[in-house]
Amino acid sequence: MKARVHVMLKNGVLDPQGEAVRHALGALGFDDVNGVRQGKVIELDLADGTTEVQINEMCEKLLANTVIESYTVELG
Amino acid sequence: MRAAVITFPGSNCDRDLAVGLEMADAEVTRVWHKDSTLPDGIDLVGIPGGFSYGDYLRCGAIAANSPICKAVKAHAEKGGYVFGVCNGFQVLTETRLLPGALMRNAGLKYICRTVGLEVGENRSDFMQGYSAGQVIQVPIAHHDGNYTATTEELDRLEGEGRVAFRYNDNPNGSDRNIAGITSENGRVLGMMPHPERAMEDAHGSSDGARLFAGLIGAMATA
Repeated sequence: MKARVHVMLKNGVLDPQGEAVRHALGALGFDDVNGVRQGKVIELDLADGTTEVQINEMCEKLLANTVIESYTVELG
Repeated sequence: MRAAVITFPGSNCDRDLAVGLEMADAEVTRVWHKDSTLPDGIDLVGIPGGFSYGDYLRCGAIAANSPICKAVKAHAEKGGYVFGVCNGFQVLTETRLLPGALMRNAGLKYICRTVGLEVGENRSDFMQGYSAGQVIQVPIAHHDGNYTATTEELDRLEGEGRVAFRYNDNPNGSDRNIAGITSENGRVLGMMPHPERAMEDAHGSSDGARLFAGLIGAMATA
């Protein structure tokens, strides 16, 4: 089975990289971009039967730093 | 005073940190990241700067989950001293021995230069070589040194006198100019600047040497 973990900076945490991307889009003439937030996607190839509880534990312990990041898990 | 300095794959300030401690008369043992125990009788653990595990995932995240870090956490929880510099500070926030997180520098650039640091109202043993309000010159060299914590956490750090150093001219966007903090019991210090690179006049500054001398002097009388 596969799972996809999306890690994003929490709302309210300033994202300097996203800001830089927004500026770069503006410089390309894309004036309608009001904000950019940059995160990461982690794909997990898991043994069948791995539970969502276990995946959440992976996120809490390693994949996301929950001080500044939030995560969502997408199965399948 | 016995110290252990840990080497992770990608650490590059481990030798400098060991030499800094030795200059202050500590007996230093070097410890490999795959070890699961610290040598007996260790008083202080040094976590050096560098790019542990290539900064993969997040700076310090993989090191924080390495076998030796379990032993470091146990050492800190028993009241042992831990000193993390640069990547070592990132490791300490990732282990949650220190609050907050170090994010990408606000200017998105790696910065390597000597900066002025103001010594905080922090009376932990790490700070015995300095007096509050004093300004010292110490180099920084990092890409992810932008200290971030919640307003409540920042208020708490300030209220409890746990800010060790602040940048005079904030180079990286850190909240409240914070460059280094200590744990609640004052036994764990994490800082982005490199005192081990300011040990003698030939380094451009010897202000870092007083941190090592002050700490080890305080530990000897404790």
